Amino acid sequence: MKADDIGLWLRIVPAAFIAVLVVPAVAGMIGVLLPAFGYFPALGGQAFSLEHFRALLSSPGLLPSVFVTIWIGFAATSVSLFIVVALLAQFHDTAWLWLVRRILSPLLSVPHAAIAIGLAFVIAPSGLLFRLVAQAVPGLDRPPDLLIVHDELGLSLIAALVLKEVPFLFLMSLAALPQINAHAQLAAARTMGYAPSIAWLKIVLPRLYPQIRLPVIAVLAYSLSVVDAAIVVGPSTPPTLAVSVLKWMSDPQISQRFLAAAGAVLMLAITVASVCLWLAAERVLKSPGLAWIEQGHRQQGAGVVSVAARSSGLIILLLILMSGCAVILWAFAENWQFPRMFPERLSSETWHAHASTIARPLANAAAIGLLATAVAAFLTLSLLEREVRCGRSTKRWTEQLLYIPLIVPQIAFLPGLHILLIALNLDSNILAVATGHLVFVLPYVYLSLSQPWSFFDDRYRQVALSMGATPLRVLLQVRLPMLLAAALTAFAVGFAVSIGQYLPTLLLGAGRFPTITTEAVALASGGDRRLTALLAILQSLLPFAVFLAALFLPLALFHNRRGLRTA
Amino acid sequence: MHRLAAFVIAIICFSGASLAGENAPDLSDWSAVEAKARGQTVYWNAWAGEPSINAYIVWAGKQVLQRHGVRIEHVKLSDTAEAVAKVIAEKAAGRTSGGSVDLIWINGANFAAMKQRGLLYGPWARWLPNYRLLDLENKAPVLSRDFGVPTEGYEAPWDLAQLVFYYDSARVASPPRSAEEWLSYARANPGRLAYPDVQNFLGATFVKQLLIALAPDASALFSSPSDAVFARTTAPLWPYLDALNPLLWRRGKVFPANSAELRQILADGETDVAFSFNPSEASLAISRRELPETVRSYVFYGGTIGNASFLAIPYNSRNKEGAMVVANFLLGADAQARKQDPSVWGGHTVLSVAKLDSSERELFKTLKPGLSPADLGPALPEPHADWMLRLRDMWLQRYASQ
Repeated sequence: MKADDIGLWLRIVPAAFIAVLVVPAVAGMIGVLLPAFGYFPALGGQAFSLEHFRALLSSPGLLPSVFVTIWIGFAATSVSLFIVVALLAQFHDTAWLWLVRRILSPLLSVPHAAIAIGLAFVIAPSGLLFRLVAQAVPGLDRPPDLLIVHDELGLSLIAALVLKEVPFLFLMSLAALPQINAHAQLAAARTMGYAPSIAWLKIVLPRLYPQIRLPVIAVLAYSLSVVDAAIVVGPSTPPTLAVSVLKWMSDPQISQRFLAAAGAVLMLAITVASVCLWLAAERVLKSPGLAWIEQGHRQQGAGVVSVAARSSGLIILLLILMSGCAVILWAFAENWQFPRMFPERLSSETWHAHASTIARPLANAAAIGLLATAVAAFLTLSLLEREVRCGRSTKRWTEQLLYIPLIVPQIAFLPGLHILLIALNLDSNILAVATGHLVFVLPYVYLSLSQPWSFFDDRYRQVALSMGATPLRVLLQVRLPMLLAAALTAFAVGFAVSIGQYLPTLLLGAGRFPTITTEAVALASGGDRRLTALLAILQSLLPFAVFLAALFLPLALFHNRRGLRTA
Repeated sequence: MHRLAAFVIAIICFSGASLAGENAPDLSDWSAVEAKARGQTVYWNAWAGEPSINAYIVWAGKQVLQRHGVRIEHVKLSDTAEAVAKVIAEKAAGRTSGGSVDLIWINGANFAAMKQRGLLYGPWARWLPNYRLLDLENKAPVLSRDFGVPTEGYEAPWDLAQLVFYYDSARVASPPRSAEEWLSYARANPGRLAYPDVQNFLGATFVKQLLIALAPDASALFSSPSDAVFARTTAPLWPYLDALNPLLWRRGKVFPANSAELRQILADGETDVAFSFNPSEASLAISRRELPETVRSYVFYGGTIGNASFLAIPYNSRNKEGAMVVANFLLGADAQARKQDPSVWGGHTVLSVAKLDSSERELFKTLKPGLSPADLGPALPEPHADWMLRLRDMWLQRYASQ
């Protein structure tokens, strides 16, 4: 079928898709670059200059802040990647893999902020871990004066990021693995005496890595510029660069806004440089890696992989379980002084007391999430349907562009985007916030749906067409029902991404649309711990509910169509 | 992309020039203001770090809706500067009317910055019917100057606050009651004291409290300092902090983010003393079962910093009439009495009770006293707003980049 037969909407959908991914980022970056170079007429900045970069370089704590930012980015990314590789190498083709997947998948829908809150409840000196220790050590009736949360090296933040990024990279790898059909080679290697994990590392990893390179880089970029988790557990004297920029943006000294813009540009430069450095490191590691593969050792290293996989799996499992317990206990706690293992009393008073406070953030989060995800799903379905009808793939360029919003630091373009929206009189309404979310939701919806969509057996469509159905009817009555489970899962993923968004909600909504995430971050540094726990629970439950709906809706709709019930 | 860039630049360039002078409300006719306010929704940007104050705002919203048909939306801030940032962003984009912020709970450096940049509407405060109830006779310095900057009717006083300390009497026999005692207590009990980050309002206030005690000439604090005056006046402060910070909670490597975290670490038993700008903070936390009943409040010998906080309206507010009606309600006797109730909030009134009629006076008489003015001791006046910013920057330079 030719392109001009596909209708106006499908003809323009690629343009709409690009617009969502590229325009906000580029327009927003311009709105940040201009003030960084001194141009901001409303604040009296009329001429271009480098003055603000000089001010940035001499601002207190900048160098340590930059260093800790880069360190956190690289450490969180390498550790996450290392753990994922170890888990896959150790547990591929075993029943354990299924278990690991069961444990990690739900974490994908838990927002970063909630993970950070839960982790802090466990590892803080007054947290669950030290309460456990205090049971064994008599006389420890006060929490030890240890710098754990907000530590200078950002170790707590790295841990929170690893907890969240391991599931992401793990599931991205599982999605890529079917394309690397290497069962025969793995079996051959095992018969040659290779340990299964070593065989996997030598045969599958070199082919898997290029497939997950973009997700890994997205993890790197995200870890460098994360704001919400960094506010909750990140270093504070000095904070990471992205947090500093956010502070400068809301400083009573108005001139600091120029500094914030210069800082945002520096954030962008650091991200670009770090991505280049990562790619360079890949090249450097390539030849020793090849040498290791060729040298032919069958077993060497298998012990290390086994220990790494088992211990990291166990630690992640324990941290998740303890975080969950701590958050749930705090949400119901009354008078929970150190070193008690359990609160003096449990009550649901917090829930009643704050029911009215929480209703609106909860409703806002749900409305924004549903709106942004519905639009993202519609755009994704349209683009995929266009590919089907035109018979040519737009995959190559879309898959590159998808990563623009995931790699450009949010802090480097959202402030500029906000000013643009005000200028266009489109700001401070729920649509502006939902549009901001759409930019980040769309990539994930596309990534989760494109694969099942392209694996769909095209002969169903051909049969339907040959029976006289219109293309629209084929889409609505054949393809969509058969792919409903996959489409709903993609929707649930997108919704979870939206629930976790902090900066777009804060900046584009001008604070008028508080969600459970913005409230949780605002309260996490102090605030009422019970309310914080309550918000963290809601943050996790809301996406989870949508995942459940995605799981059960096909079961209910197709109770008499067994083949349609799962993705 | 060229066209987009040109478009963005064009918007930023030209929008600032347009749209000046809109229909300003006629303040001399209050009933007209009230009539125009009916049906408006006031986006009140107010610090939201304290649940009991948030609950008070919910109450105020219900009252104003019932009595005046004005709806209040509490835009919750973790730092008042966020509201300033919004007004600036709108100015940058050329929105000189129909702004998203209608009313701000403000004082100090934020007020100084907005007033200086012409970001405030006014003067308007003097035209409020309840303005005459203010205790300008006795509290003039606090109510008519905000951190040394004359308010000139660009904001209406709303609340009086004073720095108050509290500790758990079950754990601590005698808490430190002066700058000197604070340091010697820290020497004797390393890691058991803390003050918030100076980027936080309360943290900066504590440093100012120390400075008032340590400065060779405290009168220099009430005007904007020159470099020389700043250096001379703060000279004793830095050696003091050099000695104190490493003896603090977490060896001064991190500081609690705000008053809520300061309270939380006291509740966790990590520190011995906390403080707040709300004289009733400890009793409220006890009633919420966040602190044990043995917690007691106190102040320093010679008094602690006290200040007023205000209500201001941005120049581009969409609902100025509604904002003024809300402000007038908040200055009324019943709203002020409820605010002063220690079981609700405990914020002291800005009104002169003597000016009220007898039934309104009753509202104040029946209040259970929390910390009485006598317990609070003298309220020390706030240093000029510029001190806070300069102290903060110098503090960050010295201690934030170790």
